Formats: sequence, structure tokens, C-alpha cells
Amino acid sequence: MIEVKELTRYYGQKKAISDVSFKVNKGEIVGLLGPNAAGKTTTMRILTCFMPPTSGTATIGGFDIFEQSMEIRQITGYLPENPPLYSDLVVEDYLNFVAKLKGVESSRLKSEVDLAIEKASVGDVRTRVIGKLSKGYKQRVGLAQSLLNNPQVVIFDEPTVGLDPKQIIEIRELIRNLKGEHTVILSSHILPEVEQTCERVVIISDGVVVAEDTPENLTARMRGAERVLVEVEGLEKDVRNALKSLPDILTIHVEKQIDKVLQLVIESKSDLRKEIARKIVENKIGLLEIQSDKLTLEDIFLDLTTKEEEA
Amino acid sequence: MKKTFAIFEKEFKSFFYSPMAYVVIGIFTALTGVFFYLYLSNFVESAFMDQMRAQQYRQMPQKFNVNLMLIRPYFWNIALISLFTLPTITMRLFSEEKKQGTVELLYTSPVQSIYIILGKFFAGLAFYITLLIPTMIFQAILFIYGDPEFLPVLSGYIGLVFLGSAFISVGLFISTMTENQIIAAIGGFALSLFLWVIGWASSYAGPTLAPVFEYISIIGHFEDFAQGVIDSANVAYYILFSVLGIYLSLKSIESVKWRT
Repeated sequence: MIEVKELTRYYGQKKAISDVSFKVNKGEIVGLLGPNAAGKTTTMRILTCFMPPTSGTATIGGFDIFEQSMEIRQITGYLPENPPLYSDLVVEDYLNFVAKLKGVESSRLKSEVDLAIEKASVGDVRTRVIGKLSKGYKQRVGLAQSLLNNPQVVIFDEPTVGLDPKQIIEIRELIRNLKGEHTVILSSHILPEVEQTCERVVIISDGVVVAEDTPENLTARMRGAERVLVEVEGLEKDVRNALKSLPDILTIHVEKQIDKVLQLVIESKSDLRKEIARKIVENKIGLLEIQSDKLTLEDIFLDLTTKEEEA
Repeated sequence: MKKTFAIFEKEFKSFFYSPMAYVVIGIFTALTGVFFYLYLSNFVESAFMDQMRAQQYRQMPQKFNVNLMLIRPYFWNIALISLFTLPTITMRLFSEEKKQGTVELLYTSPVQSIYIILGKFFAGLAFYITLLIPTMIFQAILFIYGDPEFLPVLSGYIGLVFLGSAFISVGLFISTMTENQIIAAIGGFALSLFLWVIGWASSYAGPTLAPVFEYISIIGHFEDFAQGVIDSANVAYYILFSVLGIYLSLKSIESVKWRT
């Protein structure tokens, strides 16, 4: 449904995104994850034809962002980071206006607006002036706007930012309900959000895609294998000797050494905690601690997006 | 076309949602009203004085021409007040959208930029015509108590609308370039004023430049309208001027899209 090919965008001399490529299938919910200023908004603005990339291209529903931007706009709903609201308009008038902009015929106007109001549950404020609404309702009116004219693709830029926990849950619920009917891209720098709402995650850092997968796979792949953290009192050579006979071990890596105490990270194909413990003890090396190292998306995120100082 | 109308409608209504519109209408009406009163008093006084003189010397009183003595200078006056007023109407057209972030909605909607600009341009023009209505009421008084010629009044208003559309296209263009409404207003005013006074420079310019300056001058072409003459050259000037302003706005929007 959406295909992004090597998008690069400069702001003056500064590179905002570089060679960003990913694909989104029909009906999927994909999360663009990254710290602030990673290039999420830039990518979304390019996809919604708000601005062109410096190089590279993208297609939505088979339409090219350069050649067929009007067609793309027709099938895409967009909620920018700051909901684009006219504060002096009444909610209903605003939605009517947007529906007309999107080319909804006058015969369908009322039903389209009603549907969007229902989906975003802003029915209780439909006759109120937008400027007087709370942040949560403003966000939802923005959401209603993006769902007008039943777009095939919906793009949300940080849809839950600035909302209270209850509102966040409601918005997430709402987005999850779009699954299947609409193809959704949403950006966020909040991990649980992406974990809960998205089927696939594209992690962007410093304008580069650093990972792309399902939240589960990403966790699994990043772990690469089972990781066991071992603290022993002894020599590295002895430990290596001791564990040599275990065929499933992939790597042994010394994390830290304080006097005789070694901290090791052992990666293996399967969970070998029992075997490792036994071998170490059998070889008369003092075993101080052994634990399985579990990575959360949080770790992966930090790992992928934090620059390593030593590198 | 429908979308242009949707933008026009929203924009025109928005004028009246903000207190600004009422302030502008109030000030415009008050100023044009005061000037109308002054011109009218002046006219009545000179007519009265003439009658007195005529009686003294036992002559027939001179016939005073309302169109010449009152209506024509009054149109100039409205034009001058418009110069100051219109930037406050046009300043918000794009600047406010930029400030509030609603440009993201407009520019990502399936509407071509030119239709957005046209919608806004005509909304500004329609608001200007609304502004002119009170002055029409003032002039209607003349028709009740006197017998001015109607056609010069009509041509004067046609001229004002053309002049207004030129000012609006200038203001619109400036508004596309900034998200600050104050800058948009001052910029629009400065450029309009410059285009107004450039005609004065013609008296100091050499024989080659003088006619150019005179032609460019935004107000030089208004003269004929105020006198009751609709010259196609003047109509063409104002239309070309507005089209140029709209074209520059379009280019400005598109270049901003490519730059930011």
C-alpha cells in the first residue's frame, strides 16, 4: 500500500532524513518510532505531499508523490503533530469545511461528518467552538478530520502527545479499531504505545532507519539468541576452557573485570543456564551470579538510537 | 471550483468570527462617514454662499455639480482610506494559517494551491465590498435630496472594487511570506503605499521613466473611474495587477513548500 524508497531530505545544509525506505501493507498499522528530531515528522510530511523530498520517492496506493500528489491527497488522511484546527469555528462547521475540501459531495456531506464524529467520539462537543475545547477534545477533532471521506491511508503524527493517561488509552483504542479498514502509519517516541497499537515498527534514529519488524520479532532478533549474564571469580581463559564443550554457545564476551571478578555475557542458541552453571562449578571457578538477560523494546530502542561513545 | 467556494465561504465567515472585522468595519465607516459629512457641509455651504451672492447681484444662481464637487473627491477619499484599511483584512489570509499550523491541512488536502489562493482572494474582495456598503448608503442620501448623475457613481464603485482587488492581491502576496500578521499588515501597507506614490516620482523622472512610473502607479488608473469613465485600459491594468499578485502568491507558496 505504501512504499517508501530511499527518501532523503535536507533542510538547508542539515540532513533530516537519509535513505529512509520501508513498506506498509494494506490494512496494517505501522509505528514510526524514534526520539525527538529523528525525522519522523519529515517522513510523514513527505508522504502526505506537504513537502517534497530532496531525493528518493514514495508511492501510496500505487500513486507517486511527485506525479500524482492529488490522488494521494484524495486517499490519505493526515493528523499533524499540532492538530490543524481553526479555533474560531464550531466543530461541526470545521468538519463540514474539511469534508468539502476533501471533495465530499453535498449529498454525502452530513453522513460523512456524522461518521467521523462518531468514530472520534466528539459527539458531545459538536456544536462548541474549537478554541474553547480541552486539549484532548482538540486532538480528537483533529482525528475526526483525518478520518473524513474514509481515507485508505491514515497518517498520525504523535497522536497521543500531551494527553492524559485516560485519553491516551482512548485514542489508542480508537487507532486499533482502524485496523483492517484503513492502513495506518503513526509516529511516536513512546514505546508502550507502539508496542500496543502497532503490528510493525520502523525505528528511525538521526534520519536513518535502524530497524524494521514486528515488536515481537524485533525483541527476538535483537536478542539474537539467549543471553546469559554470568559473574565469576576466576580467569577468562579458565571459563572459556570450561565452556568449550558446550556446542550451543555462540559467543563469550567479557563485559567488565574488577580484580578477579569477571562479568561475562554468554550468547547461546538455547537457554543454557543450567549447563553453564554446572560446567563453571565443575571446573572449580567461583560462580557468583547467573541470570538470563531479557531485552525489552525499551532496551532495543535505546540500543539502536543512542550513539555509542566509544565507537 | 466547489472547493474554492468552500474556502471562500469559510474565509468570509471567519472575518466575522473575529472582533477584528467589526473594528475594521467600524473604523472604515466612521472615517468615510466623517469625510462624507465634511464634503457635504462644504458643498452645501458653497452652494448657499453662491445663492446669497446671486441674490445680492440679482443674478441667476450658478448650478453646482454634485458629482464634480462632492462625489468625485469623496471617491478619492474612500480610495485613500482603503489603502490603510485593506492590509488589516489581507494580513490574516495566509499568516494566520501558518501560525496556527492549519497550512498543513490546506496543503495536504486534495486542493490545488491556486484554488486556495483564489478562495482567499475573493473572500477578501467580498469583505471589502461589504465595507463599501455604508458609503453607498451615504451616497444614497444625495440621491434622495439631490439629483446627481448615477453612472459616475456606479463607475466610481466599479473603480473602487478594481482598486481594492489590486490592494488585496498585494496584501495576499505579502501574507504568504510570513506567519506574523503584524509584519504582513505593515508589509502589505508599505508595498501598496509604494505603488501609490510611485506615480509622484514621474514628475522628477526622465522622459523615458516618467510614463513607466505613471503607468505602474496603482492610483493613476483610478482617476477615470472616479470621473465616470470606464476605460478598458484601466480595467486591464487592475486585472493584470491582481493576476500578477495572485501569481506571485502561488509561486511564494510553492517555493516555501520546497524550501522548508
